[in-house]
Amino acid sequence: MSGLSIENISMRFDLPNGTSVQALKDVSLHLQEGELMSVLGPSGCGKTTLLNILAGFLAPTEGQIVMNGHTVTGPDAERGMVFQQGALFEWMSVRDNVSFGPRMKGQSASQYQQDVDHLLDVVGLQEFKEKAIYELSGGMQQRVALARCLANDPDVILMDEPLGALDALTREKMQSLVLKLWKETGKTIILITHSVEEALLLGERLIVMAPRPGRIHKEYRLPFADLGVGQDLREVKKHPEFAIRREEILGMIWDMEEEIMGRTEAAS
Amino acid sequence: MSSAVPFLIYIGIFVGSYLIVNRIIRRSARTDFTSLKTVTFGDESAVVSDRVASVISVVSIFVLWGMFTGSTLLPSFLHAPGPFQGIATFDYTAATEDGQSDTATVTVLVHPIDEQPDPPQVEPGEGWARNDTATIGMWRSGLIRVDQNDELGRDAGARVTEVNGQPIAPGGSVETPFGRVGMSPKGTLNFEPSKGWQMEPIWLPAPEAVWQKFVEIAKDGFRGTTLLEHLGYSLMRVVVGFLFGALVGIPLGYAMGLSNWFRGWFDPIVEFMRPVPPLALIPLVIIWAGIGELGKIILLFLAALWIMAIAARSGVSGVSISKVHAAYSLGASKGQIMRHVIVPNSLPEIFTGARVAMGVCWGTVVAAELVAAEKGAGMMIMVASKFQNTDIVIMGIILIGIIGFGIDMLMRWAERVLVPWKGKG
Ligand SMILES: Nc1ncnc2c1ncn2[C@@H]1O[C@H](COP(=O)(O)OP(=O)(O)O)[C@@H](O)[C@H]1O
Ligand SMILES: [Mg+2]
Repeated sequence: MSGLSIENISMRFDLPNGTSVQALKDVSLHLQEGELMSVLGPSGCGKTTLLNILAGFLAPTEGQIVMNGHTVTGPDAERGMVFQQGALFEWMSVRDNVSFGPRMKGQSASQYQQDVDHLLDVVGLQEFKEKAIYELSGGMQQRVALARCLANDPDVILMDEPLGALDALTREKMQSLVLKLWKETGKTIILITHSVEEALLLGERLIVMAPRPGRIHKEYRLPFADLGVGQDLREVKKHPEFAIRREEILGMIWDMEEEIMGRTEAAS
Repeated sequence: MSSAVPFLIYIGIFVGSYLIVNRIIRRSARTDFTSLKTVTFGDESAVVSDRVASVISVVSIFVLWGMFTGSTLLPSFLHAPGPFQGIATFDYTAATEDGQSDTATVTVLVHPIDEQPDPPQVEPGEGWARNDTATIGMWRSGLIRVDQNDELGRDAGARVTEVNGQPIAPGGSVETPFGRVGMSPKGTLNFEPSKGWQMEPIWLPAPEAVWQKFVEIAKDGFRGTTLLEHLGYSLMRVVVGFLFGALVGIPLGYAMGLSNWFRGWFDPIVEFMRPVPPLALIPLVIIWAGIGELGKIILLFLAALWIMAIAARSGVSGVSISKVHAAYSLGASKGQIMRHVIVPNSLPEIFTGARVAMGVCWGTVVAAELVAAEKGAGMMIMVASKFQNTDIVIMGIILIGIIGFGIDMLMRWAERVLVPWKGKG
């Protein structure tokens, strides 16, 4: 079976004080190749944990991840990661960061040169390729992270709040870039975000997770990602359904957060 | 009392130059960005080192040094009052038991201490008390048996009763324009020419004397070894000891940062050895390895080892997990992650450790050479101090300081060139 299957994943963290945290409970999901899915949910509902399990950094206490027919047992170049920030190698130039994956595979410069140059063009960093990472702005750094991930040609790209640290304007440009890259490369992308608007814009599918235990609360199929590929994202936001969905999901998350607060207040 | 004078002058220069530079010369407002800040107190970025203050600070140290050593580099009106030198005279009055008294003059030649001049010639004078003559070195004092040549001396019952017309008794003293005249319990006069406020060269030589000594030793060497060789030996010990320390310490630190077993095994040792000052190891190292090169290099190896191990360990621990995760997701193997992520990520820490270690090693080698060595900067100043060659001691201290500073500058430069990403992650 092609695509990415999350099969009955549960994750429990045993804490040193003897208690345990049920970070995920019985999460199941199937992604077709080339799907773009965004994940929303209040803080602490297990989004990062789920992504780490998908990447292969954590083994779930129950269930398994199956990708293109084989079970995931650890990190692999077929599943690329883009982190919120700080995951670039600041001792390398922009170009060396982007070519990291191919170089680790033992490719020679002549083999990856063209791909890397093309990606640098796509993310608009051609003239910065000799620069050091710490000379770039936050938005440029995230574009390097995207290019670095793509240069490795993974089947699935996992993003944990990749645009969370950017200012609003840069963020909007980056959202368009993510959509463009998704359409051009046809990658399967899972993107975690805190922003409801971003989740709506960057998800053909959107899942809302609920906390304690972390689980899938609701799933949507949305037209906005496809609409956003060809046009200004501000136009997409004017779509009548967009506002309806936004209010609906915001209300849902507010309710969850209120419940969490109520519970912690009751506990204290 | 007079030792407070240099401090008071120093404080005076500090306050005076501040007032002069800031209130008078810089009355026109500054025009840089900081000048527009309305709040500067507590704003660390608004505090920059004032170059003028630094220059005045350094110059005033040399000026004070010169003032209180009578340096020829300074015009003499700046000198603190010096010790008396030349012909000093005072009168004494002797009296016999039956009331006869007579007065005579004592002439003393106060001479530089490294000269042995003859006493000045004087006429014997009138009366039974005869004029006397003596020589005394500057900063010294001496007994003068003024009655020795008198017709009625101590044996005839005559005693000195006055100096310059002021009465004097055993244990007492009289101030004269040239110094203090005291009387010993047995009644002998003791002349102490005034010392002034300048330091005796044996305590603090003038700057030019130190410079001269430097030129002399640079040319002729010290104890059969050239100056460069002395300093070179010290440096060589530091470099070799440090290199061995880094060679063992860095891999040890990496192992401690990457393996539970290594961490558990070496943590107690490293944590115990870290606070032991390397100087405390000198006696043991001398017992085990003697005072030769081997002992010194072992000592410096130990001084550098723990610092480098701890630096490498925290360099490894400091790698952010998302960098490692990113590298794994990009298909890197463990070896590749070590080489391309963990090692470069730890380099800034290792460089900081190396700078500290080099500083500690330099201090340790000098101390070890003070204890025992045949060659080296520390040995040079220790031997010189035994012979009271204060000029060599001061020259050695200045050279040790310059080299220590040079090592630090070199390490900073290497850090800037080799790990430009330091502190920018
Ligand atoms: N390594 C861990 N050890 C213990 N508890 C953890 C660990 N990682 C995550 N958790 C817990 O699991 C829950 C989900 O965390 P996380 O996946 O980071 O949430 P999110 O990314 O949605 O904010 C939280 O309650 C968190 O405290
Ligand atoms: Mg998270």
